[in-house]
Amino acid sequence: MTTIHTYDAVIVGAGGAGLRAAIEASDRVRTAVISKLYPTRSHTGTAQGGVCAALANVEEDYPEWHAFDTVKGGDYLVDQPAAQLMCEEAVEAIYELEHWGLPFNRTPDGRIDQRRFGGHTRNHGEAPVRRACYAADRTGHMILQTLYQQCVKRNVRFFNEFYVLDQLMTDGRCSGVVAYELATGELHVFRARSVLYATGGFGRMFKVSSNAHTLTGDGPAVLYRRGIPLQDMEFFQFHPTGVYKMGILLSEAVRGEGGILLNSEEERFMERYAPTVKDLAPRDLVSRAIFQEIKEGRGVGPNRDAVWLDVRHLPRDVIEEKLPDVTEFARVYLGVEPTTELVPIQPTAHYAMGGIPTDVDGRVVVGEDETPVPGLYSAGECACVSVHGANRLGTNSLLDIVVFGRRGGKHMAGFSMDADLPALPERPEGFVEDLLGGMMNRPEGANAADIRNELQEQMQDLAFVVRSEESLRKMQEILAGLRERYERVYVQDTGKMFNTELMEACELGFLLDCADTLVAAAIARDESRGGHYREDHPLRDDEHWLRHSLAYRQDDGSVRLEFKPVKMGPYVPMERKY
Amino acid sequence: MASVGRPEEALGEVLEGSDRREAGASRRVSLTLKIRRYNPELRGQESWWDEFTIEADPDDRLLDALHQVKWYHDGTLALRRSCAHGICGSDAVMVNGQNRLACKVIVRDLVPKVTVEPIRGLPVLKDLIVDMEPFFAGYRSVLPYLINDSGEPTEERRQSPEERRRFDDTTKCILCAACTTSCPIFWGDEEYVGPAAIVNAHRFIYDSRDEAADERLRILSEKTGVFRCRTTFNCTEACPRGIEVTKAIQEVKRAILFERF
Repeated sequence: MTTIHTYDAVIVGAGGAGLRAAIEASDRVRTAVISKLYPTRSHTGTAQGGVCAALANVEEDYPEWHAFDTVKGGDYLVDQPAAQLMCEEAVEAIYELEHWGLPFNRTPDGRIDQRRFGGHTRNHGEAPVRRACYAADRTGHMILQTLYQQCVKRNVRFFNEFYVLDQLMTDGRCSGVVAYELATGELHVFRARSVLYATGGFGRMFKVSSNAHTLTGDGPAVLYRRGIPLQDMEFFQFHPTGVYKMGILLSEAVRGEGGILLNSEEERFMERYAPTVKDLAPRDLVSRAIFQEIKEGRGVGPNRDAVWLDVRHLPRDVIEEKLPDVTEFARVYLGVEPTTELVPIQPTAHYAMGGIPTDVDGRVVVGEDETPVPGLYSAGECACVSVHGANRLGTNSLLDIVVFGRRGGKHMAGFSMDADLPALPERPEGFVEDLLGGMMNRPEGANAADIRNELQEQMQDLAFVVRSEESLRKMQEILAGLRERYERVYVQDTGKMFNTELMEACELGFLLDCADTLVAAAIARDESRGGHYREDHPLRDDEHWLRHSLAYRQDDGSVRLEFKPVKMGPYVPMERKY
Repeated sequence: MASVGRPEEALGEVLEGSDRREAGASRRVSLTLKIRRYNPELRGQESWWDEFTIEADPDDRLLDALHQVKWYHDGTLALRRSCAHGICGSDAVMVNGQNRLACKVIVRDLVPKVTVEPIRGLPVLKDLIVDMEPFFAGYRSVLPYLINDSGEPTEERRQSPEERRRFDDTTKCILCAACTTSCPIFWGDEEYVGPAAIVNAHRFIYDSRDEAADERLRILSEKTGVFRCRTTFNCTEACPRGIEVTKAIQEVKRAILFERF
């Protein structure tokens, strides 16, 4: 039996962007937040290092310097007006978080303390600058808790452990979503004037990832299946310092506080790759440097496929007050005492720069001319404004979610106040019923875990830090095979209550869709830029490639690509040296 | 292809002096998981035990072992999890009678056998999934958000590093419920607001920027509040974040009795 709910604004996802949007929208219109997890389980909570703004509390700084760093950090694929806007609104956004109670670390005179972070410099690259505001190494945890507290204060309506599996469109307008209630197996149709997707990333398509098991690209895939293109999917960030083999994130803040990377000869190799900022170079640069060191035989560990992170020289109180969680990860998961031993690390799949294309108000826009889809919004990691371009700077994501979460929530509330309630399509739950029914009614077939394992291992091998046309075309063939097996996927659990196996099978489908678009876009882009590195095209090609990719799903399941130009501004693309 | 560092070297090869640990060396151990099951759709109100024996890497997490059971042996096994590294708080379970996060327990510390059950004191819905609503209701009841109606400055409110340190411990709470569901008082009475709610109240009571300490202390001085605590210390032992929970509860008790706010 399907229940129908009616709201003015529906937000899908309860991480930082979703909660910030909810706070903004719920003050003005009837709002519901639908989340497959209890809100405080969202992955925003695992972000560690900091959230940045040019407060200039500790040293001279300006939003303009921050904007320059963001554009250069994004290897010039960033839409410059969007980056300028984000960096300007950053200052207010931080103060707002503090007013809401966020427990930032403080300077001796009681102001919000700031620290260095990768790619953030003073005066266009002169030297590292202290721009990252932080709460120990739990900044994401504190942001998520603070935003959730504000939602509790405002009595925001939550539908927790509801999985949104389909977007409803009526005459080209957003008309609602269809969700599966995990506790009962019942379907719910949410009729809405506006919907905002804030469902996070999709790192789980790779084997070694910092991402939660639940980061499976739900929002992007749901919209992709309904004709919305996905932008810049080829750009995925591989964070240099993940716990060896496990991918658990060891924050860039470790290097911000003075930690350094060493190869098998105990050489601080980043001095060669980025003479000015060294270990605080942008993440894509550091990950490639690590891969290069390993390729040239200077890796460490029994498989020689890691490098060392060295914090032995850091003062004890710095480690305890500023990096307590990171230290614990090393102790618990590696059995290594970082104050006296070297920590083995390797690049880990961390962040999706690409996703659902939006304008600076969070409106989903399609095509080269960026036509807004009425009532449809997105914010956070699953969206692509684009403020991060081809590579995201650390601390810019926690900023992105509050700035664009607020803007999206504000715009959708305004839109909803003027919009009429669209009619639902015929049999709105039809697509989801058929999808779930297929998996439940097959007595045997393909094992979802096997398909997912193979996806992760092959993507790790063929589409990770280093790619080539050959590796990507091979991946495309593998994906076709996985897709064919997925058509036959079945579940053992045919129950209605807490059927997590069924939901994991759906999530696998989302991952396959995201992988399809990533690989197709990566094949087409025959240059290297930011997180997308092609060993057969190792240079950046500004003449042909200052454009964003848009991946559309064709009826036969294949990917069709369109492109739209990058919005330029005052910063002329230069050679990206640090 | 586009990968590096192939594991061509044999295990047990002499490693360089700088290698501290055989991280990545592939060993397998046998682990038997005895899991408490409950599935009203399959077997009504009766709960039962299942045993699964699997091969695991000793460096794996218990969560990885549970996944192996779910993905390759019994798809109906239901559990909550997300981040898999001790931050999101989804996977609190009872491991050999102790409340732990499944993703922070390592297989090498468990072999050859481990007992896994849902946390106690909250209604079990299916296998290791419990009803978290009573837990979150207790959390909401203590007004867990900053209250300051004195007008906002244009910049940040000032707070000294000492003031910041005062409430640092209780900011760490991830709402995993390991503490509350290890408390014998809570087992006996779901109405007791529980350690986690008190921790989250403490976080604001001792935040120099908050102005509603009085109100929270009033709420916690009621019969479902702090005075139910018998300083059993299970909560402090169970907390995966190392929060001194009992200490925080005692501070709140003393504040109600002796301090003027």
